[in-house]
Amino acid sequence: MLGYAFRRLLGAIPTLFIIVTLTFFMMRLAPGGPFDSERRLPPEVEANVMAAYNLDKPLVAQYGDYLVKLAQGDLGPSFKNKDFTVAQLIGAGLPVSLTLGLAAMTLALLVGSLLGTWAALRQNRWQDYSVMTVAMVGVTIPSFVTAPILTLIFGVYGIRLFGIEFTLPVSGWGGGALPNLVLPVITLSLLQIAVVARLTRGSMVEVLRSNYVRTARAKGVPEHRIVLRHALRAASLPLVSYAGPATAGILTGSLIVEQIFGLPGIGRYFVMAALDRDYTMVMGVIIVYATLVIVLNFVADMLYAILDPRVRLT
Amino acid sequence: MSKLLEITDLDIRFDTPDGEVYAVKNISLAIGAGECLGVVGESGSGKSQLFLGAFGLLAANGSATGSVRFRGEEILGASAKRLNAIRGGAVTMIFQDPLTALTPHMTVGRQITEALVTHRKVGRAEAIARATEMLDYVRIPEAARRMKQYPHELSGGMRQRVMIAIATITGPDLIIADEPTTALDVTVQAQILEILRTLKEEKQTALALVSHDMGVIAGMADQVQVMRRGEIVESGPVDEIFYTPQADYTRMLLAAVPRLDRAGDLPPTSSETLLQVNDLTVTFPIKGALFQKPRELRAVDGVSFDLKKGETLGIVGESGSGKSTLARAVLKLLPAGLAGEGGRIVWMGRDLGEAGKAELRQLRSDFQIVFQDPLASLDPRMPVGQSIAEPLQALEPHLSREKVRARVRAMMDRVDLDPAWINRYPHELSGGQNQRVGIARAMILSPRMVVCDEAVSALDVSIQAEIVALIGELQKETGLSLLFISHDLAVVRRLCHRVMVLYLGRVVELAGGESLYRKPRHPYTRALLSAVLTPDPKAERARTRTLLTGDTPSPLDPKAQLRFLKSKLADESYRPRLVEEAPGHFVAEHDAIS
Amino acid sequence: MIGSAAKTEALERAVKGRSLGMDAWVRLKRNRAAMAAITVLTLMTLMAIFAPFLSPFRYDAINYDLVTCAPSWWPGPSSCIAPGHIFGTDAVGRDLFVRVLYGARMSLAVGLVATLVSLVIGVIYGAVAGYVGGRTDALMMRAVDILYSLPFIFFVIILMVLFERNLILLFVAVGAVEWLTMARIVRGQTLSIKQKEFVEAARAAGVSGFGIVRRHIIPNAVGPVVVYVTLTVPAVILTESFLSFLGLGVQEPLTSWGTLISEGAAQMETATWTLVFPALFMAATLFCFNFIGDGLRDALDPRDR
Repeated sequence: MLGYAFRRLLGAIPTLFIIVTLTFFMMRLAPGGPFDSERRLPPEVEANVMAAYNLDKPLVAQYGDYLVKLAQGDLGPSFKNKDFTVAQLIGAGLPVSLTLGLAAMTLALLVGSLLGTWAALRQNRWQDYSVMTVAMVGVTIPSFVTAPILTLIFGVYGIRLFGIEFTLPVSGWGGGALPNLVLPVITLSLLQIAVVARLTRGSMVEVLRSNYVRTARAKGVPEHRIVLRHALRAASLPLVSYAGPATAGILTGSLIVEQIFGLPGIGRYFVMAALDRDYTMVMGVIIVYATLVIVLNFVADMLYAILDPRVRLT
Repeated sequence: MSKLLEITDLDIRFDTPDGEVYAVKNISLAIGAGECLGVVGESGSGKSQLFLGAFGLLAANGSATGSVRFRGEEILGASAKRLNAIRGGAVTMIFQDPLTALTPHMTVGRQITEALVTHRKVGRAEAIARATEMLDYVRIPEAARRMKQYPHELSGGMRQRVMIAIATITGPDLIIADEPTTALDVTVQAQILEILRTLKEEKQTALALVSHDMGVIAGMADQVQVMRRGEIVESGPVDEIFYTPQADYTRMLLAAVPRLDRAGDLPPTSSETLLQVNDLTVTFPIKGALFQKPRELRAVDGVSFDLKKGETLGIVGESGSGKSTLARAVLKLLPAGLAGEGGRIVWMGRDLGEAGKAELRQLRSDFQIVFQDPLASLDPRMPVGQSIAEPLQALEPHLSREKVRARVRAMMDRVDLDPAWINRYPHELSGGQNQRVGIARAMILSPRMVVCDEAVSALDVSIQAEIVALIGELQKETGLSLLFISHDLAVVRRLCHRVMVLYLGRVVELAGGESLYRKPRHPYTRALLSAVLTPDPKAERARTRTLLTGDTPSPLDPKAQLRFLKSKLADESYRPRLVEEAPGHFVAEHDAIS
Repeated sequence: MIGSAAKTEALERAVKGRSLGMDAWVRLKRNRAAMAAITVLTLMTLMAIFAPFLSPFRYDAINYDLVTCAPSWWPGPSSCIAPGHIFGTDAVGRDLFVRVLYGARMSLAVGLVATLVSLVIGVIYGAVAGYVGGRTDALMMRAVDILYSLPFIFFVIILMVLFERNLILLFVAVGAVEWLTMARIVRGQTLSIKQKEFVEAARAAGVSGFGIVRRHIIPNAVGPVVVYVTLTVPAVILTESFLSFLGLGVQEPLTSWGTLISEGAAQMETATWTLVFPALFMAATLFCFNFIGDGLRDALDPRDR
């Protein structure tokens, strides 16, 4: 296990290297530059600016410089927000995005697998059909439609609970206060809940038909314990495999959700940075996201091996 | 006297997209305390569904009506709680295929104790102690260590013993054993049956033994029910069923069972050698763990033999003996680069190792193969006629479409398939019919040699007998040579001039049929022969068996080859040599049999 | 036993077998949800194709007299009414109905073309890796693994930002994201089919490598690929809509459902219809594709689900 973890770690380095290289040259070969949109600078000033950011050197040299700095953990200064380094900006935005993503994923896994299991246990009955229909709707409605609808219902018209009427904040981070989180997290998780419910139902139906569940029934084990002890673990394996694509989905979603709810996460920085040709910022965000995806995939693989004793990590 | 289990007028139906299907029709039977009821039938007879239905274990689309009384209590349609109290407690079950029947992510120990804790008031520590005891009872070595292992870490035989332990630990009145030995090697089957027999005698447990194998039933049952297409054809005491069967179907079943004591009449062979195999070795690389060198699995280890024109050589071995790898190596079918091959294969004087790709393809018209699983060996998206025509189109592309069709039709007629089925698909045909398609495909190029790789193992006995007869006829007509590979010594007996016994990739005995069956010399051959069951209750009850103890060792274990030559264990690399003990009778070195 | 040739020919036709594909088609036809989905989708496609003939208004005809007006039958609140515009008008007075249909053109085209791109790359890549096997396979799949851990949506964004919003680039970029899964599916299929006994039987029968791929591997791999294709199209349409929402989609006056929806979402309180119609059209389309995908999967693998 330890040896496997070590090798996976080593394997991540070339992956990251490829990602860095690809992004670097893609950005630089594109037309435009970070200081194009600003008012025309006198040539000598512009030369000074370019020199200050090392933009006057040949591309390959810049690439080399970037790699050397990166290896030392330095993501460089932001070209646009000139008073901050990329690391500072990401450091400020990452907790927001992480909280959002993790909360949404947890919610999706919990609710989705519960709904999916319930549907599987009531296979081909109305409970099954209604859960699956709702899930299908969930898959087809993009988050930028659900977000304004939720905003309208909970944020503008407000809801009544225990006789108290209140509204949820529809914008801003509020230092991570719980009410501020509710709407973005729900928006972000709806699609994933639907996907997870469909996946869980499928695998649960399959597992409940398996020979070993029949053996457990023949042993006289009560149904609820069959589900918990014999079926759930095997049925959750496809969910674990789904973790990789799911993170990608959450990332895409968080770009949108951060924008709609005006949250200061790194997804929002990214779109702005790309539009502004803020080279270092774009690189920084991509490196952070790629690392996240790699780590989560790794965790998923480990989890898979823990859940299924037949899998040997070598 | 009230019976333990009484089933009356039981019907079992399944709702399928094509309408309602009856699996069991109007069946009545009874099992007394301590009695063994054998239920025998071929595939599709409903014998397994019968007991699943009786105890509420049908798939969601199945339903059962009638009456099932256990100790006088009606249990058909009883509440889930009541059924759960009976199932696993007073009535337990053993299923076929113990790999899928055990929960993969639970340790063996937990699966055994679960049965006990569910039904008896015992503490955790006591449950573990009794489960360990039980593993010991079903003769699993190192029981305490096995408790912590997962099913996939055990061999097939051990897994089935774990199933038996689960079924026995609550001290049931009735055990339902559904094909308990079907997926197992014969020597392991003998061990498992021995355990069931002890159980029955020592604990006075009643046993419902469901099997397709007349031999298994003969040795174990007191009463027998013969089932066919959901109905009981005949029932009665075991001796009556086997010695004075009344129904035609029972008689046909009995006659179809291949027997060790009956050789078929074999066509003469010529002295011309078709195939010569010299010191053939096939190795597969096994990936090791981190920083470990990959190891080698020797699937076939220095095998030599020859095959004469018109001769049938039987190749017998259990799982892991390398018999199928040998077949593929001889036909040059092993994927290049994946396996390492050594030695020489000479086909009619031509060294196949030197033949180029194109030449080899042309040579293929001379040697063909029939596979084990008839359905898997036919492309599901191709009409059977096209499958049969495929070798013709590949190797004789100059033939016109009409000629090809005519030859296919004639060939189908020859293997007793209706030529009008030329456009049918494999899923529309039965297993036996599909195997006839496989044989037609192998025969259409009029080859000189056909390899039958477990060609009848997946078929019901009655079909098996027909296919064996067909292969025999084809051989007589065409003077074809056969390499007949099987795990079943009895099947081999009918067709083969000579028999070669493989053990972990090496030949342990090679002799003429008569000589090998009358006077087996190697202890492994003897154990194999002794493990073959005959449909003769008296003989089965009287027979003392040569049981092999323990499991087949891992082929990766360097000491495995010396299982029968323990005196040479000092030198792990020593390999037993073949010695000609009588004319034409070769035996691998082994320790004297005590 | 064999009669005249004519008689056997007639007999053969009489017992013409039912192939797996025909069986699947029969099962699909029994699946009412899937058949309804196919009908709706066909209708939608026809409407998209013949959009210019279905409305008296041009998709880019601006009318400042009818800015954000509801259709005359609209039950909800609205500031003005636009008679003749059955879906009302948008913020610059263009007919929403014809714009929804033009959006359908764009979204369906992106969905189909990008899926086609992913299909072509994925099938070739996956089939080669699976069939050649060994070290080539390991290397090719390692590359896919690496690409998998790229946050691909970012690459699409970078591409769209940097190279101006180019339609062809949009197709290619989205297709390039989706081909990875396709490659994995095709490779998995190829590998498992390659190990089947009937392929070995074909090799034993002397069929060449190319013949095996053509006669056995491709026909047997088609099923799962078709299912995946029907599920990729809606995924691509969604991706395009995300990009449009971020302002990286097609350019005015052209439009897509994503663009229309994001415009509508911005004014959903005052002009709900501008969100409702494009959202309904898109949801219905995604719904249909998913139903067809599910139906196809069930039809090809008929186990009780």
